[in-house]
This record gives sequence, C-alpha cells and structure tokens, in this order.
Amino acid sequence: MYRRYRTPSVWREMDRLQREMNRLFSSYTPSRLRSAPGYPALNIWENEDSQMVSAEMPGVQIEDIDITVEGDTLTISGERSSDDLPEGARYHRRERAAGEFLRSIRLPYAVDLENIKASFSDGILTIRLPRAEAEKPKKISIKI
Amino acid sequence: MTDETKAMQVQEQELIPESETERTRECTCFVPRADVYETEENVFVVVDMPGVSEENIDITLENNILTINGNTTLESPADYSLAFAEFEPGDYERSFRITDRINREGIQANYKDGVLRLILPKAEEAKLRKISVTAG
Repeated sequence: MYRRYRTPSVWREMDRLQREMNRLFSSYTPSRLRSAPGYPALNIWENEDSQMVSAEMPGVQIEDIDITVEGDTLTISGERSSDDLPEGARYHRRERAAGEFLRSIRLPYAVDLENIKASFSDGILTIRLPRAEAEKPKKISIKI
Repeated sequence: MTDETKAMQVQEQELIPESETERTRECTCFVPRADVYETEENVFVVVDMPGVSEENIDITLENNILTINGNTTLESPADYSLAFAEFEPGDYERSFRITDRINREGIQANYKDGVLRLILPKAEEAKLRKISVTAG
C-alpha cells in the first residue's frame, strides 16, 4: 500500500496493529473444518489406491443428483427441491434452504472411470473413486 | 422468500450451546435446521438430520416439550486418511415447546433421506372456527 514517508510513524504502527488483529480474527476457524465455498459440504478421504468423497445433502432425491467425472475432476450437481406446501400454509420457521447446486473438485490423480461406486443413504452421498491403473506409482528397482 | 433458481449455499453447522445437562455420548451435538409451518388442520415440523439412521431417532413428548434426538452412525472409513473436511458427523438434538392445542395421540413421524417430518394434528378446539352472523 502506498505510504507517504512524511506521515508520522505512529499511524504506521496503528496500521500494522490493525492488520495483525484482522489476521488473527479472520484465521480463527477450527483447522479441521473449513467453511465450504459451495453446497454441498464435502469430506474427502484418501489412500494410495482410491479416494472417498462424502457429501452431506439431506432431502435431495437420488434422481436430482448428477455426478460426473472427467479425468481428475469430479462434479456434483443437482437440485434440492423444497417441499410442496399444502394450501394456506403459514411458516413459523424457515431454516432449510432449497435451490440448485454445483460443485467441482480436483482430485490428486486421475480415476478409473469404470469402477466408480456411489451410494446415497440417510442424506449422505458417498462416492468411491479408485485410482486409474496408468497412474499408479510403479516401483523402480535399482540395478547394480 | 428464496428464489427457486438461486444457487445453494452451505449453512454452517450450529453447535448446541453448553447447558446444565451433559450428554453421555462422546461426539459433538448439533442443532439441526428445521422448518415449522402450519395449516388449518396440522402443524408440520421438518428437520434435517443427515447421517442418522431411522432406528437411532428418538422423539419424546414430555410436559409440553417435544424433543427430537438423533444419534449418528457415521464413521470414518477404515484405511483412509482424512484429506479435507467441511462437515463433521455428530448427534442432533432440538426441542420445541408445544401447546395444549395439539392432539398428542395423532402425532406422526416419517423419516426419509436424512429428513424427519413430523405431523402434529391440531386439537379440535384449536381449529379455526368460522362463526356465521345471523341477522336480527
């Protein structure tokens, strides 16, 4: 940021202090949980052979979910429809959202498209993506 | 209020505030999001509880307080290490105070895909009664 050197140095100190405080407060989120940049919230587990992605989407119908994989990008999209209200209903509380969603994530390796398995139970979508054969690390032995 | 074509945002999980009573289970407890709406005949309560299977839901009605409790059965898959987490599995608990205007015998509950729907029929006296005016 452009600073005039002739300004009194006390403002610079205050500015630095303010920046430090902002950084302190903005980074105070539990390190294990990030706020998701889009719906649905995802958890990703991995090991050398495959990845497991689970998404929290209660109330979404299976036919409204679209999962596509292209190379190393997984895209989950669809729509969460709101309940049809009977005639003359009045809301007291409305906390659950509805609408369309689309989320893409990049996986660390390309996946074997034939063997991807997805299951949906109790509002949690679980996708198992095995690693593509061509991308599996090969052990190289050293010849003496 | 929300436009149908608007893109969805993730709503942050809300933790149950510390209270005098402790839970005996080890995991975190969340306040599930609920929609409450009423019609002439019934009051509907719709609660989002992902990760809870049907047999682990407890709905109790005691002294005018309706308590919904869901215990999660989610586990981390074995042999995998967690790379990225945006939601945490946990139990769900929420209570609602209901009045005498609900017919307790007729309360129904239905659970599908992580969403619990309760139908609380109104007692006869509470239904809207139209009073007709006679001339004279």
